[in-house]
Amino acid sequence: MTRRHLLQAAGAGAAAAAAGLRLSTVAQAESAASRLTPGVPAGVASYVQMGRLPGKRPLIQLADRPPNYETPIEYLRTPITPNDAFFVRYHLSDIPEVKAETYRIAVGGEGANGTIELTLDDLKKMPAVEVVAVNQCSGNRRGLSQPHVAGVEWGYGAMGCARWRGARLKDILDKVGLKKEAIEIAFNGADGPAVDKTPDFIKSIPVWKATDENTIVAYEMNGEPLPHFNGFPARVIVPGWTGTYWMKHVISINALTRPQGGFWMNPAYRIPVGKFPIRDRFITQENATSTPITEMVVNSLITSHRDGDKVKVGKVVVSGLAWDGGYGIRSVEVSTDGGRTWFSATLGADLGRFAFRPWRFEFTARRGRNTLTVNATNKIGQTQTAELIFNPAGYHNNVMQRITLIA
Amino acid sequence: MRVIVLAAIAATLAANTAWADEQEIKLKPGPGLDKVEANCQACHTLAYIPMNSPFLNAAGWDAEVTKMIKAYGAPIDDADAQAIKAYLAAHYGG
Repeated sequence: MTRRHLLQAAGAGAAAAAAGLRLSTVAQAESAASRLTPGVPAGVASYVQMGRLPGKRPLIQLADRPPNYETPIEYLRTPITPNDAFFVRYHLSDIPEVKAETYRIAVGGEGANGTIELTLDDLKKMPAVEVVAVNQCSGNRRGLSQPHVAGVEWGYGAMGCARWRGARLKDILDKVGLKKEAIEIAFNGADGPAVDKTPDFIKSIPVWKATDENTIVAYEMNGEPLPHFNGFPARVIVPGWTGTYWMKHVISINALTRPQGGFWMNPAYRIPVGKFPIRDRFITQENATSTPITEMVVNSLITSHRDGDKVKVGKVVVSGLAWDGGYGIRSVEVSTDGGRTWFSATLGADLGRFAFRPWRFEFTARRGRNTLTVNATNKIGQTQTAELIFNPAGYHNNVMQRITLIA
Repeated sequence: MRVIVLAAIAATLAANTAWADEQEIKLKPGPGLDKVEANCQACHTLAYIPMNSPFLNAAGWDAEVTKMIKAYGAPIDDADAQAIKAYLAAHYGG
């Protein structure tokens, strides 16, 4: 008997004991490892369980070293994801506990006119701005790629949305002054590799994105200090762009006059040129065949139900989230007939163009199988895709989600 | 009464759902497993192996091990690398 089967047996026992009572959201989420996203590689089920990191609720423990923990969809039912339910993703295994008192960010580089060191207090004394923004791993839903591709096999939950508070990166860069030759701003974090020869995780963004008023160095997440595993004391927030640029435990910010090199810029985190409807281009890193991943593609997720859930005949409310790369969500549509006809879902609170947009949709469930397909459209008219746009790293999976509810 | 029942369910789930801080990955026995355990865990959990299975074929596992050495700088000698590739293809190959 595999661990997954054990968990399923435990879940079935609890469900029987419930005698028709609905389990609480927390109980559902805490058994999420036994109800993996349909479609992830079969090998995941042979070992995965819920794992608890300090300061976190039990999350889906894909890997403990380096820590890669996925958020169950039950914790994605609100436009703001709680800090202790927020997913965790690291590439490298040496992750120091950074102390607030000794924390420093070194700012400089050959594209800057000078250098400075900032303490956490220095950051907090700068004009503070807040932005509500989705942080989504580039490889979210990689596990659903067909054919499968190698990597961390995420289901739907390598993402979250928080209210980030910090200093504008532009204001930080103004303290040293950028030369006109500066083309990229590079970040390094305190985490490092287990062996010296492994390339350190260093990422850069174009100057135009670094000096955008929404790009910040955040020291608060939902009104609290960042959790250690989400980048304490401070991390870079690059609204609209995938999580790879959101450097955790950031300790250096360098202005560059030449493109940042290294494994994590190329060949990692690349998409084929011309395959995705991307507007934000990272020209200084682009070549004839590949370009760095930039803004997130428009997407949506049903979080009220899982595929195969049982519902009662009659009125059922399905709800979830929609998001994109920062244009904002215009509409969410649901089809109950496999995509022949579409109905508008009702959009919920608008927390800004970089935030999760909640939505809800009411329909009448008939006895048997009820299939729902969801499609979000952003404010520049981009929609999700019906078929996977395959790429070797499994990025940008925004295939319209389809679930079946049994009444 | 309902509250008590729900509390009992939560307790049952808590008792039956293992929450591990540290993963204990038991890979399939076979020739080369000792080389896998001796080399791969220096940098990462062995969970990456079953996680990426069974869809990688022999060429796919070969490319992964080569990437670990060439791109990530894993200090694995040729003999061990061959043994690791053969083990992965035989036990976690698709």
